[in-house]
Amino acid sequence: MTRVFISRDMASVALGADEVARAFADAGCEVVRTGSHGLFVIEPLVEVEAGDRRIAYGPVTPADVAAILDGTHPNCLGEIAALPFFARQQRFTFARCGIVDPLSLADYAAHGGWIGLDIARAAEPQAVVDAVKASGLRGRGGAGFPTGIKWQTVLDAPGATKYIVCNADEGDSGTFADRMLMEGDPFCLIEGMAIAAHAVGASHGYIYIRSEYPFAIQTMRDAIALSAGRIAPFTLEVRAGAGAYVCGEETALLDSIEGRRGQVRAKPPLPALSGLFGKPTVINNVLSLAAVPFILAEGAEAYANVGFGRSRGTMPVQLAGNVKHGGLFEVGFGITLGELVNDIGGGTASGRPVRAVQVGGPLGAYFPPSMFDLPFDYEAFTAAGGLIGHAGITVFDDSVDMAHMARFAMEFCAAESCGKCTPCRIGSTRGVEIMDRIIAGRPVPSSVRPELVEGPSFSADVERKNSPSTSSGQTGFLDQALYSRAPDRIDVSLGAQTALLRDLCDTMKYGSLCALGGFTPYPVLSALDHFPEDFGAPAPVLAAAE
Amino acid sequence: MGLDEAKRLINGWVRREGSGRDRLLPLLHMVQDEIGYIDDTLVPAIAAALNLSRADVHGVLTFYHDYRRQPAGRHIVKLCRAESCQARGGAAVEAAAAERLGVAMGETRRDGQVTLEPVYCLGLCAIGPNALINGRPVARIDSAALDRIAAEVAA
Repeated sequence: MTRVFISRDMASVALGADEVARAFADAGCEVVRTGSHGLFVIEPLVEVEAGDRRIAYGPVTPADVAAILDGTHPNCLGEIAALPFFARQQRFTFARCGIVDPLSLADYAAHGGWIGLDIARAAEPQAVVDAVKASGLRGRGGAGFPTGIKWQTVLDAPGATKYIVCNADEGDSGTFADRMLMEGDPFCLIEGMAIAAHAVGASHGYIYIRSEYPFAIQTMRDAIALSAGRIAPFTLEVRAGAGAYVCGEETALLDSIEGRRGQVRAKPPLPALSGLFGKPTVINNVLSLAAVPFILAEGAEAYANVGFGRSRGTMPVQLAGNVKHGGLFEVGFGITLGELVNDIGGGTASGRPVRAVQVGGPLGAYFPPSMFDLPFDYEAFTAAGGLIGHAGITVFDDSVDMAHMARFAMEFCAAESCGKCTPCRIGSTRGVEIMDRIIAGRPVPSSVRPELVEGPSFSADVERKNSPSTSSGQTGFLDQALYSRAPDRIDVSLGAQTALLRDLCDTMKYGSLCALGGFTPYPVLSALDHFPEDFGAPAPVLAAAE
Repeated sequence: MGLDEAKRLINGWVRREGSGRDRLLPLLHMVQDEIGYIDDTLVPAIAAALNLSRADVHGVLTFYHDYRRQPAGRHIVKLCRAESCQARGGAAVEAAAAERLGVAMGETRRDGQVTLEPVYCLGLCAIGPNALINGRPVARIDSAALDRIAAEVAA
């Protein structure tokens, strides 16, 4: 009987992996469902076992079974690890993803699982915290705070009850690394959390997963049940979110677990001292916790030896949007933005020139190709007026309307604001109004992409109507608020509105309680600064020279 | 489902799962999964079961996008509106989907057959535009995919 390996990752399933798997099972093969390797242009992907090698074919359809099994299929890719996209990676965190059956304890143990936990439990908690400090690991959720220092605070905090909370509320558009890891190697996250529990003296942990990730929720629940004996006395449970982007902010997430509205808490007190249910709490992103087993097993040195400046180790970068070779690319810090977008991503999927990339999700800045020499590093991006965030890179071609994207950033903030602080709650709505006036007043027509990146274009006329669209299908309060101001009482000239937009962004940036209101100005101002021609201002000289 | 039956469902769940304040979101998820939406008439029962005020439950219920307070259509189409899908032609798909399904974004069609809702990122960002059709992920939505979706929700 031939063994074949086919991904069960949500992205693979969305591309038809389930149908392919069924076809192979019907043909009498033993089908092993794995996580995804992370290159979606070759999915649905099937790997056929040949001795101790796996020969990959992709993309494939259910009709291709016979040709694959006799080796005549034209889409033969050879061994996955040899493909340039994978050969250039340094897979520390994602080493097992795509290779193992995510719910097989035997597979996990055979591929180096639990070594880190055993080393940690044989050591004093302080020694474990020291190892994490020495590795240079920083918060992979986006804030970049040193993980070891956070753990030290919780270890030193008094009290018998402490918690480990994993932030798996990966709401940023353009990011999917947390989802892929939870679906492809859930025991790795569980092991990381168990190590954290030993290091700080916690007995129970929560994994808060957004409801938009049904596959990850199910996989994590199954994995927790399977590994309960291995991580005892530490216990874990999954909590599903309920559709609120702001719950990715750590204190809003804690309130959500407690059964409240997901509103941001003012700090201090730090969650490390007074977190979940008022107890000392380690709250880390999925990727931060999943990096820990490698650090313990291979040594902090091995992790810290890779990287750039104060950003040590690897970052699972996600290439998304209008990009040819989209997917997950884990690599040491320091690689440039241009290398990621052009060399690895292969430019746009539509074949048109890249005009902008947004790094770090809806709160990240837009960068033009003239800034592609930026090294991927926390400090370098901060200095350039952006953030690496959760390392999602969304690529746009030259059909993008940057004023429209700036408006969307404000619209998204208005829809998702928790409402606790005024700059974010009111400012985002005022921001949408200002952007509407700028878009209405500029000489260039709005050019929302009229056709699809891939596949046939629409025959139907899809010109957007001039009426304002609302993001929420609720009662239209936003709509009423947006158009409640009498335009004859305000200066609607482009210059005045642009100045007003900058002033508003300044208020939001420095006056908001958390990153939602505080960072929404990043995409808005970067769009305005780098693409002024979309806001009715003269184009920068640089773009004209290119 | 009648009010008495719903109350039995809620109280039975609380007896099994506990009545701590942190059970509120899982309880709301359960009610919506079982009944399809969370009617305002159930709020007092939920509040009583967890020893919370009605205002408190109402506040949580209305904060999160997932919870419905009206019945949804027989089919639910959640279409991604986030940046990565926009970069791949999402705005055009959104307009075409509304036209093809005969329902505006955020609304339920008059015949109760389909609800079209926005979702902000499904984590399939390299293969958009994406949607969840009755919980099933669908990627690379184009004109042909919309035809298939329209046929599916007609059933």
